[in-house]
Amino acid sequence: MAKVERYHSKKAKEITSKTIIYIILVIMAIIWLVPFIYLVIQSFTESYSPSQIIPEHWTFQNYINLFTDEIYPFGRWYLNTLVIAIITAVLQTIITLMTAYAFSRLRFKSRQGYMKLILVIGMFPSFLGMIVTYFLLQLIGLSGSIFGLIVVYCAGAGMGYYVAKGFFDTIPRSLDEAAMIDGANKNTVFWKVILPLSKPIVVYTILMSFTAPWGDYMMASYLAQGKQELFNVAVGLQQMMAKGKDITYFPQFCAGAVIVSIGIMALFFWLQRYYVEGVTGGAVKG
Amino acid sequence: MTNLEYMSLNRTQRFFYKFGSIFVKVPLAIFHFFKKLPRTLGSKVKKAFSPFKNLGTWFLQGDILTKLNFIIMGIGQIPRHQIIRGVLNLVYEIVAILFLILVGIPNFIKLPSFGYVGSVQYETDTPPFIGYMYQDDSFMILLNSVISLAIILILVFLWYTSIRDSYELQRLGEIGKTKTDKSTVKDLVGKDYHKVMLSIPTLGIAIFTIIPLVFMVLVAFTNYNSNHMNPKELFDWVGLGNFEQLLGIASGGNSQVLFVFLQILLWTLIWAFFATFTNYFLGMIVALMINKKGIKLKKLWRTILITTIAVPQFVSLLLISKMLNQDTGVINATLKNLGLITENIKFLTDGILVKVTIIVVNMWIGIPYTMLMCTGILMNIPDDLYESAKIDGASPYKMYMKITLPYMLFVTTPYLISQFVGNINNFNVIYLLSNGGPTFTSVNGEMISTRIYGAGQSDLLITWLYKMSMGEVFKDYGTAAVIGIIVFVIVAFFSLIFYGRSNSVKNEEDFQ
Repeated sequence: MAKVERYHSKKAKEITSKTIIYIILVIMAIIWLVPFIYLVIQSFTESYSPSQIIPEHWTFQNYINLFTDEIYPFGRWYLNTLVIAIITAVLQTIITLMTAYAFSRLRFKSRQGYMKLILVIGMFPSFLGMIVTYFLLQLIGLSGSIFGLIVVYCAGAGMGYYVAKGFFDTIPRSLDEAAMIDGANKNTVFWKVILPLSKPIVVYTILMSFTAPWGDYMMASYLAQGKQELFNVAVGLQQMMAKGKDITYFPQFCAGAVIVSIGIMALFFWLQRYYVEGVTGGAVKG
Repeated sequence: MTNLEYMSLNRTQRFFYKFGSIFVKVPLAIFHFFKKLPRTLGSKVKKAFSPFKNLGTWFLQGDILTKLNFIIMGIGQIPRHQIIRGVLNLVYEIVAILFLILVGIPNFIKLPSFGYVGSVQYETDTPPFIGYMYQDDSFMILLNSVISLAIILILVFLWYTSIRDSYELQRLGEIGKTKTDKSTVKDLVGKDYHKVMLSIPTLGIAIFTIIPLVFMVLVAFTNYNSNHMNPKELFDWVGLGNFEQLLGIASGGNSQVLFVFLQILLWTLIWAFFATFTNYFLGMIVALMINKKGIKLKKLWRTILITTIAVPQFVSLLLISKMLNQDTGVINATLKNLGLITENIKFLTDGILVKVTIIVVNMWIGIPYTMLMCTGILMNIPDDLYESAKIDGASPYKMYMKITLPYMLFVTTPYLISQFVGNINNFNVIYLLSNGGPTFTSVNGEMISTRIYGAGQSDLLITWLYKMSMGEVFKDYGTAAVIGIIVFVIVAFFSLIFYGRSNSVKNEEDFQ
């Protein structure tokens, strides 16, 4: 009799704990989603009013305004960001993987020292030297175009090698050696042996370097020097939300944010598996 | 104390023992450091002098070509079949020397005073009736000096390697062997492959990171600010003046800046601590909840949480910032409509509340990251650990404290450190959410009377730095650079403490 009771109480305990977990998860899901639902709803409203969550009249006008507004050329910003993101994704991935490969696989005299140097440089605030960076871009004639931003992103790509190096470290060295015995040189080993095995980290690096330019505010806003035709979406939408205009432009901002987010979100959910792998691997290896 | 004695202590005693041992261990470590210092210094000095020793040997034992190579780089290589390398060395030498004569030396001469005349004012006939003739530009003088320095360093390095190669070729020639350009190319995909792989990254880092950094570190010792803005005016060396001003010990200085600085420093550390650990522990708990056996729709919960990662951060931060606005935000308006509040809550405009708000919003953004990461690692914990614990009658809480947490902490220490350091430099969250506001208005009841560069109560050092160097009213690059150096020192301090202990750094080779 007692045994049965204990069994029942254990089961009851299990059910209560599960119920509590479900309640917490549902509350969290609401907290996590409500702001974004609000964002989408507001993008269809005619004008912003703090106390009105559901708009009286639904309209598509904000999306049309985005691409016709003369004060804020959103279409231009979107195109800028897209071009920057695509080129950066390609170049940055190559540079990052090259650096990671060199530090992971090749043994040379200054390897440890070089890695330490990169670590130390990374400890300075990244935008400290921004005024000089801008001037150097001016010297090479790229200060007035979005390519300046690309150059800056790619120039720093070597410093973000950690995650990829951690991944390369886990590939057995015997593979390299076997290929070398078969007559491959180190260049072939990298392109033909290691890279094909590293699809997860390649995809992760591409995903990271593609999405980063969409959210970069600091560097992009400084290098644009207030010229709207050089803005990326982050700088542009932030300008839209500047003090004084934020209420008028809030619905339009929401529409822009929806357009920007949808693309990135789709990409993200599509490649989620690789992202998780990168995050986990990066955390463990540091 | 032996291990057995330690095991017999109860929990509080263990804690005090561990706490007390810090006071023994740290002085011991310092003592050992100084004990080893003469020896390490000795070997360092020896190492530093070895290039000079080599150069001496090469000069004495070198033939005429190697000796000539001391003056004309590459002359020892070209006749010995290393034509391309030799020519490249020679070309670099010529270009570098020309650059130094035309740009380097004139700028080095002006460097001690940053030039003589900034600009000459003259009258014109058309409005605004004043024109400026620009002369010396302190910015350019400093930048050119830094670039020249880099070119000199590269020249010295190439000079050294070129002599070394020449000597090596000479010795090879003596035994009837030779090394041509062909073998150099072959080495490049063989034992020198790292040079190929690292050339582009190095070039990028050197030009766009190291040169600007060296420049800014030097600027920390100048008065480069809106009162001394190029090209109209010169700026000048001020020694440690900027540091003194910030610490309030400059003559005629005022401790208000120091107060603001300390407040911001304190908040930076508090923020980094809370932002890191709230996300870490709550994220881990969420991961445990979702992964618990019998919980359905695992993938759905995960996907919902990931939306904050998938949506670009600036979108979510700007959105939340607008929603929390005191007067025009939807949250205050809704709460008021529901009759829950009568006064609008100052989410982002009250000195204390803003800090809480920022940490909470940061949880909203950060928990999914930890959740994802923990999910991956939790699956690696062997199941039999839990099963045997269950048989021994361990409660879920005990299992968490004794199995899950130690394992997680062991594996993710590097992640925690990088998160902590990253949060010290977390610009986006603060800048887009509160922009550092509300600004400091008084210190101990006294109105702020000195320049504090628009510092706000939720500013981190990094956002304050940004305000200093991008300020619309007053730019002060000198002080901004000082803050940058301080941030560096803090970050380096924390990294050094933790990185030395992390296993994955120590046992790098074990993984392969």
